[in-house]
Amino acid sequence: MKKFKVQKTFQEINEKIKKGRAVVVTAEEMIDVVERHGDVEAARRVDVVTTGTFGAMCSSGAFLNFGHTAPRIRASRVWLNDVPAYGGIAAVDCYLGATEVVEGDPQNSVYPGEFNYGGGHVIEDLVSGNVVKLRAEGYGTDCYPSRKFEKNITISDLRDAFLFNPRNAYQNYNCAVNLSDTTIYTYMGILRPRMANVSYSTSGQLSPLFNDPYYRTIGIGTRIFLGGAQGFVAWPGTQHNPNAMRSANGVPKEGAGTLAVIGNLKEMSPEWLTGASILGYGVSLFVGIGIPIPILDEDMARFTAVKDEDICAQVYDYSMDYPKGNPKPVAEVNYRDLRSGTVMIQDKKVIAAPLSSYYKAHQIAELLKGWIEGGKFFLGEPQQNLPSGPFA
Amino acid sequence: MYSKKIVIRYTPEIVQQPVIHLLAQKHNLVFNILKARIFPRREGVIVLELSGEKEDFDRGIRFLKEMGLQVEALSKSVFQNNEKCVHCGACTGFCPTGALSFEIQTQKVLFDPEKCNGCELCVSACPVRAMEINLL
Repeated sequence: MKKFKVQKTFQEINEKIKKGRAVVVTAEEMIDVVERHGDVEAARRVDVVTTGTFGAMCSSGAFLNFGHTAPRIRASRVWLNDVPAYGGIAAVDCYLGATEVVEGDPQNSVYPGEFNYGGGHVIEDLVSGNVVKLRAEGYGTDCYPSRKFEKNITISDLRDAFLFNPRNAYQNYNCAVNLSDTTIYTYMGILRPRMANVSYSTSGQLSPLFNDPYYRTIGIGTRIFLGGAQGFVAWPGTQHNPNAMRSANGVPKEGAGTLAVIGNLKEMSPEWLTGASILGYGVSLFVGIGIPIPILDEDMARFTAVKDEDICAQVYDYSMDYPKGNPKPVAEVNYRDLRSGTVMIQDKKVIAAPLSSYYKAHQIAELLKGWIEGGKFFLGEPQQNLPSGPFA
Repeated sequence: MYSKKIVIRYTPEIVQQPVIHLLAQKHNLVFNILKARIFPRREGVIVLELSGEKEDFDRGIRFLKEMGLQVEALSKSVFQNNEKCVHCGACTGFCPTGALSFEIQTQKVLFDPEKCNGCELCVSACPVRAMEINLL
């Protein structure tokens, strides 16, 4: 067991938050604190570092229960604003996925499809308080005789609504280029031919899992900022992979950890849950997530001081290698260079643009900081840690 | 030297006339056609960058209006909807004129309508449809 010079517990930090004495900084500010004072002194001074991310996160959706109707229906098929939701759960429960496209959309038969409306947009409409048309069909049983139900509802008419996203907050992600001779349309956006642009999606040094690379403080039960409300980490996300390639600083150099997150949709807002239309690909949902990281010791101080230039990602060709399913990276780049707007890849100067909002990520980290300083948000100690890789 | 990007909207009656040729010849102006469209009912829109002496420019615009054409600055037809924009910056990778860029301090996406040439690449690149360009 490593001997730390500074040691704090979740309970001690929560006590300080209660008394209004906790020192909270954003992950951006922590870079300066550690540079100026070193990790040990920074760990003494700072109690919590706040992080944030706001990006299009597929693998999001909401469980909705619309309450029993009279006469009762066992809703096998459910639509909200003509977007199909999965009804095979229980009589009036359904799951609305963010990437479900509205029925009747031409999809990619008119290429590239515009995908103007889908599950992500319904979720945005719900949290905006807009009227949404609910439609349900059942086959009729002795206990649930009704076969059809239709009603205009708002989120307040739903008995229960919670966001439950199976895979969010990816710890690092591919950068995408197109080495072919024609424009392609991907979930990483429009990629122009002959590597005319590279797209990436992360808030880098502000991103939650980059600031706790081994998930020492983020686990099942961690309280988080989710869509503007307080939510929780529910489980390791799907495709969670702690054994990814890592740099010497412990930060993964490719897609690695992920989080399944949960929270009350009724408390969320469209500012932090926004529907997305991705040309030629489909629909998705922009999700805002912020995670507070307790500075339990000097290792956590050092981890939370990570900078864009120390975080690397792999560039993949989305025209051939990636879709075929056996991709080899074209290059490795760091986020400082990507964020500058141009990056060198194979001796070519390539225009770089993000799909994730650093501006909103920063706002989330600031909001969360305000909540903690104001005693409105307490740390949730993990009930169980996420699977992690060997500590370098 | 004065230079400005303008939008000219014309009716079906004018479509056969060499309006741009007359404008350049009579008023000593240099033009760069950024976009030209004719719609099914033969009405249309032209986006031009027009350069020359300020006096010539003003006379040229008056000439177009006297011909019965509708003329306005391109910057009036292009618009960043700040209610919708989430400042992801996907558009910044496509904008050929630098009209869309990150404000370094805040990482907010700024739009400078004066630099825009109306190419509309940002419209389809934007996942929340925040760019509104009305060249119809």
